Amino acid sequence: MSATPSLGAAQTQTLHEILEAHRGMEGALLPILHAVQAAFGHVPEAALPIIAQDQAISRAEAHGVMSFYHDFRTEPAGRTVLKLCRAEACQSVGADALADHAREKLGIDWHETTANGTVTLEPVFCLGLCACGPAAMVNGKLVGRADAAKLDAILEEVR
Amino acid sequence: MKLYVPLDSAAVALGADDVAAAIRAEADRRGLDLTLVRNGSRGMVWLEPLVELETDAGRMAFGPMTPADVPALFDNPEGHTRALGLTEALPWMARQTRLTFARVGVTDPLSLADYEAHGGLRGLKRALTMTPAQVVQEVTESGLRGRGGAGFPTGIKWKTVHDAPAAQKYIVCNADEGDSATFADRMLMEGDPLTLIEGMAIAGIAVGATRGYVYTRSEYPVAIEMMRQAIAVARAAGVLGARVLGSDHAFDMEVRVGAGAYVCGEETSLLNSLEGKRGVVRAKPPLPALQGFMGQPTVVNNVISLASVPVILDKGAAFYQDFGLGRSRGTMALQLAGNVKHGGLFEAAFGLSLGEIVNDIGGGTASGRPVKAVQVGGPLGAWFPPALFDTPFTYEDFAAKDGLIGHAGLTVADDSLDMLAMARFAMEFCAIESCGKCTPCRIGAVRGVETLDRVAAGDASALPLLTDLCNTMKAGSLCALGGFTPYPVMSAVTHFPDDFARAREAAE
Ligand SMILES: Cc1cc2nc3c(=O)[nH]c(=O)nc-3n(C[C@H](O)[C@H](O)[C@H](O)COP(=O)(O)O)c2cc1C
Ligand code: FES
Repeated sequence: MSATPSLGAAQTQTLHEILEAHRGMEGALLPILHAVQAAFGHVPEAALPIIAQDQAISRAEAHGVMSFYHDFRTEPAGRTVLKLCRAEACQSVGADALADHAREKLGIDWHETTANGTVTLEPVFCLGLCACGPAAMVNGKLVGRADAAKLDAILEEVR
Repeated sequence: MKLYVPLDSAAVALGADDVAAAIRAEADRRGLDLTLVRNGSRGMVWLEPLVELETDAGRMAFGPMTPADVPALFDNPEGHTRALGLTEALPWMARQTRLTFARVGVTDPLSLADYEAHGGLRGLKRALTMTPAQVVQEVTESGLRGRGGAGFPTGIKWKTVHDAPAAQKYIVCNADEGDSATFADRMLMEGDPLTLIEGMAIAGIAVGATRGYVYTRSEYPVAIEMMRQAIAVARAAGVLGARVLGSDHAFDMEVRVGAGAYVCGEETSLLNSLEGKRGVVRAKPPLPALQGFMGQPTVVNNVISLASVPVILDKGAAFYQDFGLGRSRGTMALQLAGNVKHGGLFEAAFGLSLGEIVNDIGGGTASGRPVKAVQVGGPLGAWFPPALFDTPFTYEDFAAKDGLIGHAGLTVADDSLDMLAMARFAMEFCAIESCGKCTPCRIGAVRGVETLDRVAAGDASALPLLTDLCNTMKAGSLCALGGFTPYPVMSAVTHFPDDFARAREAAE
């Protein structure tokens, strides 16, 4: 059994600043988890007990909340996160074929990161771009009418 | 020179930021005095990025624009290859009844002066001259029903909260908009966030709530940013705060962001999430109206429900309820999506037929192939074949055809779509997104995928099993995620039997 890695001093400092900034907020747990992930790229295992204590909940509860939501990751993602919409409106304009292309090109499946750590592929169920699908999001940037050529150009850029 | 380039996510996804940058650069190069407004979208997504030029005759539209098209805009706008004419005169615009979306695409979303110049704050000001009970009554008489899907009368919900005694009540705006084919909430929050703020303030005054939350999705970064900025604008101007517009009513609000869970659009799951818990569904009763956020009386309403309130208070219940058909009053923001020639947002009074919406307004498929099916109401809505295109767009008429209008998203698909695959996807989606609290949804959806795989493999005995399974999910699920997943599944089986028989024939 491996021991939980602890946070470094700088990370601990950042975490406490985040907790301080959310003091007194109603239902602060999700905003805290979002802030932690924004700061660290993921929610480190070692942060959970500290967050739990701050929010006066058990560590299991904190873990339960975090694992419920698709957004929160326990491990860092690749440098580029490519989200492809898999929902119906995008499917009706070829999202499945585009996803197959991306998976083949990257050599990874959904939720995986390329071996060199550059790209993580995530499914998303609707980006609200349903009238200009297939839709994608690349590190927060929105892409409409995505096709193999557009995707290849994006992947070329972030390689 | 005054130009408008949308900041709307769809426009940006199609290159609006690049076009805006090219416009700024071109104006600089020519030493021109440029006013560039980043507005909401007019809703004609197939023409985005749609640039507008202010002229004496009105705003002229150009689209879809690319950076390469920009210089010509400065040379000879009338002769531009992308010139479309006056925006308001375009058939898509002229045919609409824009009540809720009256300002979207028209104003600068963060300018309170622009907002007021286009009728903003009139509803709130009128509400402040009335008693809270009168405001509730006005909303009830307007016939407004929940635009989030269930269609519950908004005024009746408000009355429950109004009548509930409590030290603290809340207004929670459901901006989780997870349904495929829907983007009306997003467009409103990006293009006219002040309308939602005004609607929530009116709701607060009506029911005696002083705090509001907008719960939206992490997939909507632009909407989140626009809402946050608009709240700051409204607060600085005294629209929000301890004395709303100088009255004795306090109301303030903030934005909260979900974390990628479809089920958190369900109101009780949303409330749990807002409280910092797992987004599991709560059993009802108690109703959120009585025991909602933090156990206090809470109005939970969809963005479009709340954003329709200002115009109702401004122009009166009778004005609003004059639009529509049967028990579906007012207007609905139709969202045309998927394989459709003219995709986008079209606000119209209830009562258009599905065929008019898909073929006349939407122009049929983008691929040019025949329309095979239209899914109405998102991932929990039924697939309609062209044979049902005479169905009028109302809550009741769609229910009568074993469907629902939901949040009014329509996914158009051509004849290349395999309905068995779509039925399987509906079950798969339910399995992925189930909150796990009830068995019919959690286990049923997994069984559904397996059963459909058997059908796909040619096992004829699996179809009756699928029907049984759907009945169990319908009857036994805690919320509409498990309860309505049978709609897309069974509508596919009922209306497109060939797609389910093909494998069987091949096997025999
Ligand atoms: C699985 C599921 C997802 C839902 N998603 C949304 C949503 O994204 N937005 C919304 O307004 N309502 C959604 N609803 C409906 C809400 O539970 C609720 O009826 C609505 O927020 C009430 O507001 P309204 O009366 O203004 O429509 C969803 C319901 C279910 C069962
Ligand atoms: S369905 Fe893909 S963006 Fe909405």
